[in-house]
Amino acid sequence: MNRSARRIRRTLQVTGAGAAALVALSACSSSDSGAASSGGGSDGLSGTVNVFAAASLTESFTELGEEFEKRHPGTEVVFNFGGSDSLAAGITSGAPADVFASASPRTMKAVTDADAAAGTPVAFVRNRLEIATLPGNPDRVASLKDLTGSDLKVVLCDRTVPCGAAAQKALTAAGLKLTPASYEEDVKSALNKVVLKEADAAVVYRTDVKAAGDKVAGVEFPESAKAVNDYPITLLKDAPNADVGQAFIELVRSAAGQKVLTAAGFTAP
Amino acid sequence: MTTPHRTGASAGPRAGGSRTGGSRAGGSRRRQVQGGAPLPLLVPALIGLAFLVLPLVALLIRAPWASMPELLTSTEVWQALRLSLICATAATVVSMVIGVPLAWLLARVEFPGRGLVRALVTLPLVLPPVVGGVALLMALGRNGVVGQWLDSWFGITLPFTTTGVILAEAFVAMPFLVISVEGTLRAADPRYEEAATTLGASRFTAFRRVTLPLIAPGIAAGAVLAWARALGEFGATITFAGNFPGRTQTMPLAVYLALQSDPEAAVALSLVLLAVSVAVLAGLRDRWMTAS
Repeated sequence: MNRSARRIRRTLQVTGAGAAALVALSACSSSDSGAASSGGGSDGLSGTVNVFAAASLTESFTELGEEFEKRHPGTEVVFNFGGSDSLAAGITSGAPADVFASASPRTMKAVTDADAAAGTPVAFVRNRLEIATLPGNPDRVASLKDLTGSDLKVVLCDRTVPCGAAAQKALTAAGLKLTPASYEEDVKSALNKVVLKEADAAVVYRTDVKAAGDKVAGVEFPESAKAVNDYPITLLKDAPNADVGQAFIELVRSAAGQKVLTAAGFTAP
Repeated sequence: MTTPHRTGASAGPRAGGSRTGGSRAGGSRRRQVQGGAPLPLLVPALIGLAFLVLPLVALLIRAPWASMPELLTSTEVWQALRLSLICATAATVVSMVIGVPLAWLLARVEFPGRGLVRALVTLPLVLPPVVGGVALLMALGRNGVVGQWLDSWFGITLPFTTTGVILAEAFVAMPFLVISVEGTLRAADPRYEEAATTLGASRFTAFRRVTLPLIAPGIAAGAVLAWARALGEFGATITFAGNFPGRTQTMPLAVYLALQSDPEAAVALSLVLLAVSVAVLAGLRDRWMTAS
């Protein structure tokens, strides 16, 4: 119920954000002339916007950034991709960021608790876990339980990072105990241990499996539904370029933005 | 040899000015500046000192002293500290066993491409440790150039093992030892070794009985440096050996991961590592300084 309330609020927010922005975001570049009436320049937006985003958003946000610059000539989107926790730490200690997109509500809470967010963060996508195995799945991993076999080298993310917390949740939900070869410091390094064939399997995000292409094979498992990660996004209070930041958030949450994100393996919240 | 005034060239305390006639033994040991340091030297020197010490002081100031006992009594901390000490010591031993002969080779044997070899040996000093870890994976990983044979012939895999930690630390720390020992060897007079061989000792006996005792202080200095570097090693370790409590999670890894969720704990762990490092460096330094 909380979620549906949020959804309604979000719909209202988007509607209230102004017709100009809506037209510019949901339609193609032909609508830019229509949006131009709202301000100076082409659409009143210009300058650099700094987006701090979780590492798992690297591919999709880079694409969205290019799209944004195309739609709003004169703007430049600069990304700082990294672990959500270290990004949050940077923001709360005064990094000049406009937008923060985190891979977990917990890290976002660190930012809102520090009173660094402008408004309430909203979930814009969710990610779920998947098992990454060697190409062709030679060990025939079919479930989370198969990973608990002693002869497989499995790596997990450390519990302190979101992908590790989610993996522990899924394991607990399945009633399984898994002793990995290593608790990796972030999701990419967990995945890369499989890409390099040092590990036989890793529990990572579905989006990471997708991004790795044919270097790994993905195995879905039902318990991943118990450990879904919501990705919240927010404009920051001390945003040097708040207007452009807000416009970027709207692009991310628009139909066009969601299309890019679902293509990367995310699901709608 | 070619300098006309042999006594003054090497140890002459020129800075002393009028005190040129002073006793040579005392003058060469302590070359202290009389009458205060000039300001253009003193100011940057003090800034340099503050720059290096201030972050450490900040760590002390921001330490969560109240919750310290609780943070430091967890088994994970002691596990990580114990593993750090064991691995750093083992990496130092490995470095000494293969690093001292390597230093001897570089200092005493003329061979083509010696300059290049020396550059390669010191490369890990400037290489980002993560690159070192990736390189180790490529060489000794389960799928690595050498590692795949280790795996298929002997069933040995090094990543994710304590041995992997030791290797990663040795890779990063050994150049410190080699440089230190090579420098000492170059400064040591080779005529003692030559004398020993003319008296009938083999090259190896001469190395063992004459050279080694001669360069012992240099080896000790290099070993301390290597040990300290190994203790602080992070990038190559987490890349090559992964992170598993009790097996591959050393203190720097524990600090890094604590920082993700509990910055206070990270500060506390950092202080422990700092205290251990200072204690050992200070203790050992005195010993090998007086030994020389």
